[in-house]
Parts: sequence; structure tokens; C-alpha cells
Amino acid sequence: MGTIRVHGIGASAGIAIARAQVWKKQDQKISQEVRSPEEELARFKTASELALSGLATLYEETRLRLGQKEADIFQAHMMLLQDPELIGQIEVLLAAGNINAEAAVQQATGELATLFSSLEDEYMRERAADIRDVGQRLLSCLQEAVWGNLQGTAREEKGTSLDAVIVVAHDLSPSDTAQLDTGLIKGFATQIGGGTSHSAVMARALGIPAVVGLGQALEQVEDGDLIVLDGTAGLLCLRPGEEELAFYEQKRADWLREKNRQARWAALPTVTKDGHRVEVGANIGHPDECRAVQQVGGEGIGLFRSEFLFMNRASMPDEEEQFQAYRQVAQDMNGKPVVIRTLDIGGDKELPYMNLQSELNPFLGYRAIRLCLDREELFLTQLRAILRASHYGSVKLMYPMIATLEEWRAANRLLAEAKETLARAGIPFDPAIEVGLMIEVPAAALASELFARDADFLSIGTNDLIQYTLACDRMNEQVSGLYQPFHPAILRLIRQVIDAAHRYGRRVSMCGEMASDPLAIPLLLGMGLDGFSMSASSVLAARELINHLSFEEMKELAEAALKLEGQEQVKALLLERTRVQINA
Amino acid sequence: MREKQVVVQLPQGLHARPATLFVKTATSFSSEIGLIKGGKSANAKSIIGVMSLAVANGETVKLTADGSDEEEALDKLAAFLEQGAE
Repeated sequence: MGTIRVHGIGASAGIAIARAQVWKKQDQKISQEVRSPEEELARFKTASELALSGLATLYEETRLRLGQKEADIFQAHMMLLQDPELIGQIEVLLAAGNINAEAAVQQATGELATLFSSLEDEYMRERAADIRDVGQRLLSCLQEAVWGNLQGTAREEKGTSLDAVIVVAHDLSPSDTAQLDTGLIKGFATQIGGGTSHSAVMARALGIPAVVGLGQALEQVEDGDLIVLDGTAGLLCLRPGEEELAFYEQKRADWLREKNRQARWAALPTVTKDGHRVEVGANIGHPDECRAVQQVGGEGIGLFRSEFLFMNRASMPDEEEQFQAYRQVAQDMNGKPVVIRTLDIGGDKELPYMNLQSELNPFLGYRAIRLCLDREELFLTQLRAILRASHYGSVKLMYPMIATLEEWRAANRLLAEAKETLARAGIPFDPAIEVGLMIEVPAAALASELFARDADFLSIGTNDLIQYTLACDRMNEQVSGLYQPFHPAILRLIRQVIDAAHRYGRRVSMCGEMASDPLAIPLLLGMGLDGFSMSASSVLAARELINHLSFEEMKELAEAALKLEGQEQVKALLLERTRVQINA
Repeated sequence: MREKQVVVQLPQGLHARPATLFVKTATSFSSEIGLIKGGKSANAKSIIGVMSLAVANGETVKLTADGSDEEEALDKLAAFLEQGAE
């Protein structure tokens, strides 16, 4: 059989090369045999104790390896397992006779799970999955089957001479990933899931490569097949040829060396050779990503996208649910600044409960702050949730897509209203919360001085700014060549925004992809940018680079670059000068 | 058998962490303890029962306790609901 390459979503960077272990949830053969009610009750009690001790071990291991928060879920499961209501129902079913422990467990947990999943509250609905998980565990213990967890299987495999493996699965649940033993598992590949799915977030926290969303093609993988997993490129290569294998072995060696070398930068501040201090922070899309940010020593969250709360669901998240998510990030970051961006959503995304019309030109349409100012209740709810979270850490608020001063003022009027509501109810929040805006519409960039006057900070969103300035859709391959971060117009705009902010003593940061580009960093630093925000996996490389640069020299470099007439010339200059810098 | 009416003062209601703490506290007493909201009642020692009542902030609930430590149980649980825990 030949080599097969499958593209998916790179969920966690790095390269892994190992044999596949195809993981299927054990098809449990449910015993039909019915013993006497007393015997069935005794079987249930034994299984329950077995399950409880298994969970206690899992809790302790997870707490030590991943931390208290990740372990909490297993404590909740232990509580469910000991719940008098659940036990009572099972006992009643068994006492009536004619039913075995397996069927009683299935029926009782099934009914409770259904009850919970019918509740309106999102939190309660999630608990339905926990009840089912507990039910599965009890069934496994009843079958006296080994709880089909990865760790157990992998250990056995190791005993019989197989080395570490790449786990291949349809999907992995939070408890599955929490149990992964990174010493034995080199990475994982799943059919479904996206970049912000729980397993993706967990993989990044564990530091093992992962590719998700590989689709049905993954079914061709068989136990023991040799696999190359490229979590950086989002590629799985099944049964690679010799040449390919050599290429990836080299790539893996490079990746590991780089990872080890960079690790020491996590504990250091970002300061240029000549003592100029800037901040390198992270962009996150989910609260669970804070862990990865902490690991690389991110100096804050420069952009917390709030969209995850609103996607893939049937109704709007309420104030409480939003508050919990924002507070978690504020607390996890331990006083480091967290910039929460208000909802940036519009006609190009499917949100059934919002009744958004599809638009001919969604990027120029009804989205982000435009939509929020139009739907005041939605916006006020989010503002109150963010304000409440500001009591628990260093939270800042940021509006996306502002184009006019009127929008900025209207948003702030609603913010004042939200503050007043909370103050009247006696709910604590930070009254001096800093408020800023994204500069991503060219109009706002050109008029940035007007905003710098009363905003506490500005943040340049380059992805949209470049797209709007050059009138090019970067996803459209026929014109993507026009998406030019180093176009003189872009450089001038960035320069203008930074200067305007500094005239009024405001900090200005950047949270687009450009902020992590090693070619752009020296230039941005030289222009005076105060903060760089990027994905957590880029933080160490960026910090290392900045700590090798001289601020004074980068200022000169920026001056020179701003005089050039096109992207190619700018790039050529940057390539040449930064090479000299780093080697010096 | 004793009972007590309480107005719940928990910002997030009797959810998640507060519910867990509430049940843990209830479990530390030997008395039978019940939590009643509207027409529905639940065993206060059952996390499933307590959560299925979905008690929100500001709602009025009734606590009942029956047993040797009923008085202390009521006081402690009522205080928890009225002031929250930390």
C-alpha cells in the first residue's frame, strides 16, 4: 500500500513520527443475564466501588500532571457516582426484580441525562454528558472489562515491545485527552473537531502535536501503520516513503532543538539589547488557552476573542455564562492584562438565533460593532459580563471595527449605562476599566488622532486593515498577491496610528498576524509599537528575536523602510538588515 | 423536623461550584435534609437533585431538616444560601 497524505487542521504544533494506535471506544457487550435482585445489587455496589477508586486515581494523576482545574471534572464525577438520587433510582429498579445491574444503570443514567439535556441552562446541559460518562464507567466496571482508556492500552502495547504511538480516533473527549500519557503518546489525529475544540486546546497545553478534522480518510489507518503527523502544517502522512520519512525526521529534530532552545525565554521579559521594554502577549479564542499562554510566559492577553461563546449553539449565552468565561481568563492570568474584544460577528457566520441575513458583501456589511450598536440588549449584556469580570483581574475592553467617532461614543454611552446598572445593583466592577478600540478600518487608521484623544489604548488589527486598504480578499487566490503587509500604504498607516497614540500618551499594540512575522517585528519595533499579540506558540520566538535587536538601530531601519516604494524592496531591506543584526 | 425559608443570595445561583459546596455541606450532617422550590423538592445531599431545581439568585426556597443535628444543619445551609461561600 502506498503513501497517503491527508490534510486537516493543525491543532497543536510540532512533528511526531510513530506507529498508529487506532482507538475505538470498546463496543461493550451488555450482559443480558439476570441474577437475583440481591446478587444484582451486590454487583452494582462492587462496580461502583471499582469506578470510584478508578476516578480517585484519575483525579490525583490529572491534578499532578495538568493542574487542579483539569482534575475538578473527575471530582464532579465522583460526586455523581455517590449521588443518593442516582443510587436510589438504581436500587429501586433492581429491587423490583427482573432487571440486571447493567440495564438498571443504563436506564437510570439515561433518564437523568435526558432530564438534564432538556434544561435551558447551558451548564446543566453539559452535566448531561457527565452523567452519561459516569454511566459508561459503571458499565465498564460491571463488565469487569478493563476501562478502555488510552493509557492502559498504551502501557500494554509498550510491554509487548511497541514504542510510543500516535493515537488515531474519531474524536477524543476531555476525559480521554486528560488521560493521555505524553511519555507514551506522541500525538493525536482525529476525524472531527476544530482548532478551538477541547482536545485541541488540551494538546497545546500538553505540548504534543495534534491534527484534527482529518475526516473520513482517517479510517484507512490501521493499527501499527507508520504515521507522520505535522501539527504545524495540519498534515498526516500515512505510510511515508523513505525519502519523505528522512525529510520529516530532519524536520522533527529541528523542531525539538528549536523548542528546547526557546524554552528559556519563557521566564524572561521582552527587552531590546539597549533596554527598550515592550510586551509580547497572546491572542486566545477560549479560556482554556490561558494555560498555554502561561507556559510561554505571555505578558498578557492582547486579544481575547469572545466569539467562541456565541458559536455552535441554539441560543444566546446569558450574562452569567459570559461572566464566568471572562472571569476565568481574568483570574487565570493572575493580574496580567487581559483585553476582551466585544462580539465581532456578522453576515459571514451562521448564527441561527440571530436571524442574520446573508449579504452580498459581508465584510463591508452588518457586523461587529455595527451589529452590536443596533442590538443594544445583546451588547449591554456582554458589557455587563465583561465589567463584572473586571473585578477579578486586570481586564480591558476593546471594540472591533470602529470607523467613526460617533460609533466610539455610542459604544461608550452604552458602557456607561451598563456600569450604572451594575452600580445600582451593588455588583462590583472596576470603575476605571481601560477602554480601547481596534484600528482595522482604514478610516479609523487615518483619523486615529481623533480616537487617541479619548481612548485608553489602540490595537491595530492588521488582517482586516490590509484587506480593506488594498481592497483584496486574501482568501481569493486570484488576488491574494495583493494582500501585502509591507505595502508602503500599510507601513504609513501603522506609523501614523503609532505616532497619534503616542502624542496622547496612549499605548498601541498589534494583534494581527503581522505581529508575529519575524520579518515585520524589527520594523514594527522601530516604529515604536508597544505591544505585540500573537498565538501562544509564536510568543517565545518573538521574544527571543526582540531581545536580540537594538531599538535605536530598528528606528533607523524603520525610517529607511518607510522611504521605499514597494513591498518587495521593503522585504529585501528587512531580510538583509535583520540577518546582519542577529549574526552580529 | 424543622424548616426555614431563605432568599438565595448567590450571584450565580445554586450552580456549579456553589451547588457542589452546598451538597458537601449538607452531606456533613446526619439529618435528612430537603430543599424545596415552588412545588418541587430535592434531597439536599444529591447534586443531581439540587442542580435539577435550577435555583437562581434572588429566589425563595425552603430548607427542611429532620434528625439529631437538624438545627445546626439548617443554620449552616441557610447562611450558605444567604451569603454564599468562599
